[in-house]
Amino acid sequence: MNRGGRSILNEDGSCADEFRDVIPDNDLLAILRTILLNRVVDRRLMMLQRQGRLGFYLTSTGEEVVTVGTAYALQEDDPIFLTYRELGALLWRKVPLSAIMNQLIGNVQDINKGRQMPVHYCYREYHIPSISSPVGTQLPHACGFGYAAKMLKTNQVALAFLGEGTASQTDFHAALNFSGVLNAQTIFVIRNNGYAISTPESVQTRAPSLAIRAEGYGIPGFQIDGNDLLMVVQTVKEAAARARSGGGPTLIEALTYRMGAHSSSDDPTRYRSEEETQRWEKVDALARLRLHAKWRGIWTDAMEEEVWADAEKAVTQMISDCERWPPPPVESLFDDVYERMPESLRMQKEEYLRFLREKSRQ
Amino acid sequence: MTELVEMNMIQALNNALDIHMHRESNAIIMGEDIGGFGGVFRVTEGLQQKYGPDRVFDTPLAETGIVGSAIGMALAGLQPIVEIQFADFVFPAFDQIVSEAAKYRYRSGGQYSIKMVIRMPYGGGIRGGHYHSQSPEAYFAHTPGLRVVIPSGPYQAKGLLLAALNCPDPVIFLEPKKIYRSLKAHVPEAYYAIPLEKATVVREGRDTTLVAYGAMMEVAREAVLLAEGEGYDIELIDLLSILPYDFKTVVTSVEKTGRLVVIQEAPRTCGFAAELLAEVQERAFTRLQAPLQRVTGFDTPFPYTLEDHYLPRVERVLDVLTKTIEY
Repeated sequence: MNRGGRSILNEDGSCADEFRDVIPDNDLLAILRTILLNRVVDRRLMMLQRQGRLGFYLTSTGEEVVTVGTAYALQEDDPIFLTYRELGALLWRKVPLSAIMNQLIGNVQDINKGRQMPVHYCYREYHIPSISSPVGTQLPHACGFGYAAKMLKTNQVALAFLGEGTASQTDFHAALNFSGVLNAQTIFVIRNNGYAISTPESVQTRAPSLAIRAEGYGIPGFQIDGNDLLMVVQTVKEAAARARSGGGPTLIEALTYRMGAHSSSDDPTRYRSEEETQRWEKVDALARLRLHAKWRGIWTDAMEEEVWADAEKAVTQMISDCERWPPPPVESLFDDVYERMPESLRMQKEEYLRFLREKSRQ
Repeated sequence: MTELVEMNMIQALNNALDIHMHRESNAIIMGEDIGGFGGVFRVTEGLQQKYGPDRVFDTPLAETGIVGSAIGMALAGLQPIVEIQFADFVFPAFDQIVSEAAKYRYRSGGQYSIKMVIRMPYGGGIRGGHYHSQSPEAYFAHTPGLRVVIPSGPYQAKGLLLAALNCPDPVIFLEPKKIYRSLKAHVPEAYYAIPLEKATVVREGRDTTLVAYGAMMEVAREAVLLAEGEGYDIELIDLLSILPYDFKTVVTSVEKTGRLVVIQEAPRTCGFAAELLAEVQERAFTRLQAPLQRVTGFDTPFPYTLEDHYLPRVERVLDVLTKTIEY
């Protein structure tokens, strides 16, 4: 069972011989390990949130094949414009767990200086621009970056993720249309996971597919099985090669399923049946990949146990390493609004710091 | 000594863009009808021919796409110079400007920044009705991270635009279209920049401080001359930058005159004048000798037939100046 779309993997985990080379064995194992780590991070941090030790969290359970597979299919210096549900892309890029945890806590070690709520990551060193909450704003950015890459001849491809709900936004249309006209080196990947918080896909559009919109923009569009790693990687690799060789943007709609809640503030039992979620567990992204790895003969339950155990240890370490740090200093509240602090803001800062000093003396 | 050339504001802006495009190979200009056509007001005339269609290009008609893709270009190291055809059409791009361009440096802890200028003609007096006449500066001035700059003539337009183009922050550059062609000035042909965040005391005076910006500076200048004929000595300040703005120059002036009148063509409530009056009363309270006053557009949508009544005109300004001085 899957939600449809082009696929390579068969139900029993096998695939035709010619597709095996899409991902060499060693890479497949690395992807599988990353997805297992992703699961552990998500499970442990959601627990941490429930214990009141993290303000907010949001998992990507069920969708890791799209996120990790897409990141794998790109070059390391290709910017990925993320939403808040693609932790797997960060883990594939080897963003340190501590850097991720420091952002979630917003402590003094956070490279983003504690300025955003959890899961709004930004790591320039890893070509991860800043995530924001208004959905869809990142799409025109990826278009512009893809045009700049062409102008500046950097050979980069800009890739943007979005959910199917975001495909209803004005920015989606603008970004796709501009990318086509500008022949931008850009890829758009829709993680169609069936739900925008509680709103099912059927409320977003009457059309049977989002990928068919590509034709209206004069660009290629593909609807693929997003839980099929080989399909995801092959499609993104082809799109990236096309973009780099001047062939312009691509729209990919990856059909998958959001196994968890929208976020720590959500309760999915209020809008979908547990039966529905249980049905998905059998064909979930990890289950499919595990089956394929076993079919290749490169994966055993014992290996998996070891990876789970290592991941648990790494995440425990990550939490204890990062929780001990204090918040950023209050002075930093006023930095980075402009390159140089304006006089008016400098006065606000001085007045507030004076107030704090006087208050602490009382 | 640099050559002075008579220019109107359109020519001064075009000249500034030309100088910058020549100096910065990463600068690009984008917007609606700005390519071969040169823009509906001709500010970009000749630039596509000179710098090519990769660097000066027309876009599809979608302001959020224009500003949003420009942000992406800035993230990649290009310097986009965006034209919004009329300030009245900027609102589809409001999310990109306010949620993205303005916050990118802050929210990334300074890892990224958006070096970008968004130019747009604004303001009334051209028989444009609701959607070719508005003054939206207060919306942007309420957004930390943006710079809002408004020139008042050809000399200011060129110097401020060149400063904005060298500024590492996103700049909203509002051009008073009513005086695009009506005002001419002798403008240096070579490069010069007028500092952002700095107001200019245009005329020193004793009786009251009068502050304006953009097209209202013309009204202010006239009012000052008429007031002089009636024996009043007005200190006139051109604000030039609305965010961040130079409150010190205004406060220093009001400490001397004890009085303040601000002109703004935007609607009265929550307009930029309100901010200025609040700041001045807080910082110069003990020196004030009269209520702080503003002359503004009314709290109505911008009208068509009756726009001359809506816009602050010299008689209204003079009336308020007189009452303030005689208080």
